[in-house]
This record gives sequence, structure tokens and C-alpha cells, in this order.
Amino acid sequence: MNPQAHVHHRILHGEHRRDAVFALVGLLVMLVIMWVLAALFVRLVVDGAGHLDLAFLLSYPSRHADQAGILAAWVGSILVLLVTAFAAVPLGVAAGIYLEEYAQRGRWSSMLEISIGNLAGVPSIVYGLLALGLLVQGMHLGQSILSAGLTLAMLILPMVIVSTREALRSVSVDLREASLALGASRWQTVWHHVLPQAMPGILTGVILGLSRAIGETAPVIVIGALSFLSFLPAAPISATPPFVNLDWLYSPFTVLPIQVFHWISRPNPDFHANAAAAGVVLVVLNLAMNAVALFIRQRARRRQFG
Amino acid sequence: MSASRGKHHDRPAFLARRRRRERWAESALGAAASVVVLIALGILLTLLSESLPFFRVVGLWDFLFDTEWTPLFERAHFGILPLLSATLLTGLLAMLVAVPLGVLTAVWLSEFASMRTREWAKPALELLSSIPTVVFGYFALLFVTPLLQQLIPGLPTFNLLAPSLVIGLMIVPYVSSLSEDALRAVPMDLREAAFSMGAGRWRAALWVVLPAAASGVTASAVLALSRALGETMVVAIAAGQQARLVFDPRDGAATLTTYIAQVAMGDVPRHSLAYQSLFAVGLSLFLLTLAFNVLGYWIRHRFGELSR
Repeated sequence: MNPQAHVHHRILHGEHRRDAVFALVGLLVMLVIMWVLAALFVRLVVDGAGHLDLAFLLSYPSRHADQAGILAAWVGSILVLLVTAFAAVPLGVAAGIYLEEYAQRGRWSSMLEISIGNLAGVPSIVYGLLALGLLVQGMHLGQSILSAGLTLAMLILPMVIVSTREALRSVSVDLREASLALGASRWQTVWHHVLPQAMPGILTGVILGLSRAIGETAPVIVIGALSFLSFLPAAPISATPPFVNLDWLYSPFTVLPIQVFHWISRPNPDFHANAAAAGVVLVVLNLAMNAVALFIRQRARRRQFG
Repeated sequence: MSASRGKHHDRPAFLARRRRRERWAESALGAAASVVVLIALGILLTLLSESLPFFRVVGLWDFLFDTEWTPLFERAHFGILPLLSATLLTGLLAMLVAVPLGVLTAVWLSEFASMRTREWAKPALELLSSIPTVVFGYFALLFVTPLLQQLIPGLPTFNLLAPSLVIGLMIVPYVSSLSEDALRAVPMDLREAAFSMGAGRWRAALWVVLPAAASGVTASAVLALSRALGETMVVAIAAGQQARLVFDPRDGAATLTTYIAQVAMGDVPRHSLAYQSLFAVGLSLFLLTLAFNVLGYWIRHRFGELSR
């Protein structure tokens, strides 16, 4: 080997070694993040496991830590989420379709874009203030399930819109052109061809948005969730006509994250175990929704690429 | 002949019906989209109109420059500086964690990791940002603070250090995903040129790709900072609720968000000064995060075009 080649070889060798070091550092950072996640979850389970049983799920809160449960909280979470889904999904999907399929470039559409971009960056607690001023006080909806559901709907609306647009954008132009060439109108093309193709993507975005909504605490605190609630809202379905009862919409409420927050804030450490147990329920719900979203996305991808 | 005439007879009616439906669909969809603008305007107008009476009583000068925030005292002071100091200190500390970790992760994901590694690493990062913040608060108060208390003797139960570290970790995914997009957008030519000069992957990554993506990476940090400033639950749980001017992260102090959560939890009557102060603080928080968001977008677009 001539001396010059030898030097080249040494330089390259050094570069490769430093590459390996850098790759290792990157891996280490990932491991630190995974460790934090694991520590968080293990700590939660270890602290809360003693309390986590059927009685915990079926009891109201109590002054005695060992008798307290999360019945009102999880029922509240589900009802609030129902309102959120009913409001945010149609609005968000429709807005996404409009922006992607209809809107022409211009002042109005750039105003829409700016609004969406900025709304996504607004701290969630500010949505709580908007709801407090506008819904709770302004429209006299009170500190109710309806107010909470609509608040969270406004919060996740940008997410639903953005994921709807991404899903629509991934549908091929050929499909649209083929449909239009056969004489279908724009709406017929969207409704019969584009939307079904985009469905898995939209659904994924909607579920991720709802999983964000179920974990949100700050805006719900601001509009006045109760932290000690020992009754359930009126049942939505009744045995007598008119069978559907909407009183529950105006009922006071609490939700899971509020219950967790309330229990953490108690000085008595016995309640911290309750907070951990409720936290486990919350995280499991959240992970389950994320898993469903991931599953839908993966399945759609596999179908698309054979 | 008669059949075809019949057909021609139907066509205009059928077309008119279709045109009606088209127009209806478009306006319904457009109305749905305009809700977004209404919400954005609603936020601005609600914050302004509800905090206007507050500023009539307190005065903008006192609000901005008084160094005490004591809304419940007999002689109440409404100086935003204490809340602002805790918020900014938290954001700064969180950035010290999030930026190095996030950028390293992004460089690693975009320049080193194989497709298979990315397949588990990216969902793991997404997982981090999907966990409810109240759970991170629990973690900060009951895991990180006791851990830190062993390292720093005399650290109080409520301090800014633990929640800041946790928020920093929480926003790593925001930094890493936007930074990774920026790194991936750097043309392959630049990397190949560096490789052909004998640079290893790390040298190309740090000296060629990262500088070329600097605007995107900076923008990601600024946007993540805005996220950190608006975070509520972690600080409300682990940083304490006392409003005071802080410069030492070992002290506990209330942030802008903590104050809003704390006051809103007690039932405040409408038209009271406490109720209006919520919106004044909310307006400050909104403007602060908006400023960083606009700055982030501006950096990305202004300098993003130069590198392309």
C-alpha cells in the first residue's frame, strides 16, 4: 500500500468509527425516551394496581380514598366524547372536503388556511376561555356536558380538517378524472368515489382527534367541570315515548382527567393511588384508541399496495 | 322518435335538479369551512371583550410593569410579570431538553436509521405526544421531583425544574417530526457531494445537511416553544400555585396557565374582577404563543425558500 492510500484508509476508517458512535448516540436518545415512557407507565401501574378493580369502576367519588371510584368520570367522558364526535366529525370532514375539492385560490381560502394554522397552535386552555365566555355565559349553555363536548370539538376541529385533507389528497387524480369524464358531477365524484377511498385516512384522523379530546384537562377545568359528582346524568334513552331524552346534555359533569387532577391535588397521599388507578384507565383508553387508528391505517396501506 | 323526444324533455329538468344539488352541496361545505374562521375570530373577540373591563380598572401600565400578582389581597396587585417569568423560565428549560434531544432524534431518524428502525421508532415518538398531559403531571410530581430531590438537597415539593424537564420530554416529538421533515427535504446531491469528498455520514449530517435545513429546524424549535408555554396541567400539578417573580428553577411558581386553571376551578361570578382577570391573562398567553407561532412560520417560509 502506498503512503497516500494508507492515509486515505485511516481517514475513512476514522469516519466510519465516528459514524458508528453517532448512530449509537441516536439510539441512546431513543432509548432514553423509551425509558421515560416505560418509567411513567410502570410507575402508574405500580401505584394504581391496588385500587384497580370492578368496584373502582362502579363507585362514585368519596371522602374515603379506598371507597372512591370513577363511575361518574368515565360515564362523563363517554358522553362528552359523544357530543364532540357529533359536532367535530361532520364539520371537520365537510370543511376538509371544501378546502381540498372546492375552494379556489384566493383571499377567502388563504384566510381559511391561516385560521386553521393558527387554531392548531392556540393553547388548549384558551379554548376553555372561549367556551367560558361564549358558550357557558354568552349562550347560557351552563357548565354542562354540551358545553364541554362543543369545547373539545372546537379544539380537535383543526386536526380533523387537516387529516381529512391529507386523506383526500392521497386519492389519485385519475379516479377523479375518470369519474368526471363519465359525466359525474363534482359532488357525485366526491361522494361516490373520492370519499370512500379516503375513508380509512379520515377515520384514522378522527380517532386520533378523539383520543386527544378524551385526555384534555385544561379547557374542561376552565368551563367548570365538577371534581366531586355523585350522580349520573339522565339516561339518554327512556322506556316511554319519546324514548330519546336529551336532558343529559345540560347535566353537570366530570371527566376522567379531571378526576385524576383532583385526586393528585389532594394532600393526602392515599388519594394519589386513586389518581394513578384512574390514570391507568385513561392511558389504556388512549392507547386503545391509538391502536385502533394505527390498525386502520396499516390495513388500508396494505390493501392499497397489495 | 317519441322516445328520444321524451328523453330530451327529461334532460333539462334532470340537469337543473343536479345543478341545484351541486350548488347546495358546495354552499353547505363552504359554510362548514367558515366555522373555522368564526372560531378564530371568536377567540380573539371573546378574549378582548371580556378583558377590556379589566384593563379599565387595572390599567395597562400596572398590568405590564407591576412586579406583584396578588388578586386576592385587600390591596390587589395585577402585575403580569411574576406569571410571565414562571412561564418563560419553564419554556426555556423545556427547550434545553427538547431541542438537543429532538434534533438528535431527527438527524438520527433521517440520516442513520434504517426503514425497519424507523417503523418502530416513529410510533414510539407519537405515543409520547398522545399520552394525556395530566398523566405527565402525575409523573412530574410523584416521580421526577422525588428523583431530583435526591440529587438537589432542599428542593421543595413544588418546583419549576421537574415540570420543565417533563414538558421538555413531552415536546420532543414536535421538534423531531418537523426537523426530520426539514432534513429530508435537503436534496440528495448535497449529501452525495459530501460523501464523494470523503465525509462520513456523521460529517455530512452535521456539517452539510443540518446547516442546509437550519431554517426548518429552528422553526420546529420555535413552534415547540410555543407549545411549552401553553402547557397547563404539568405545571398546575407540579410547579405550585404561588405567583411570584422567579429566576431560580428550583423555586415553585404559578405560570399564566396555572393561574387560569386555579381561578377557574373556584366558581368565579361573572363580571367580577377575578373573572375578567382570567381573560386578561388568557389574552396575554394567546398573544405570547401567537407571536412564537408566527415567528416559526415566518422563519420556515422566509428562509426555507433560500435553501431550495
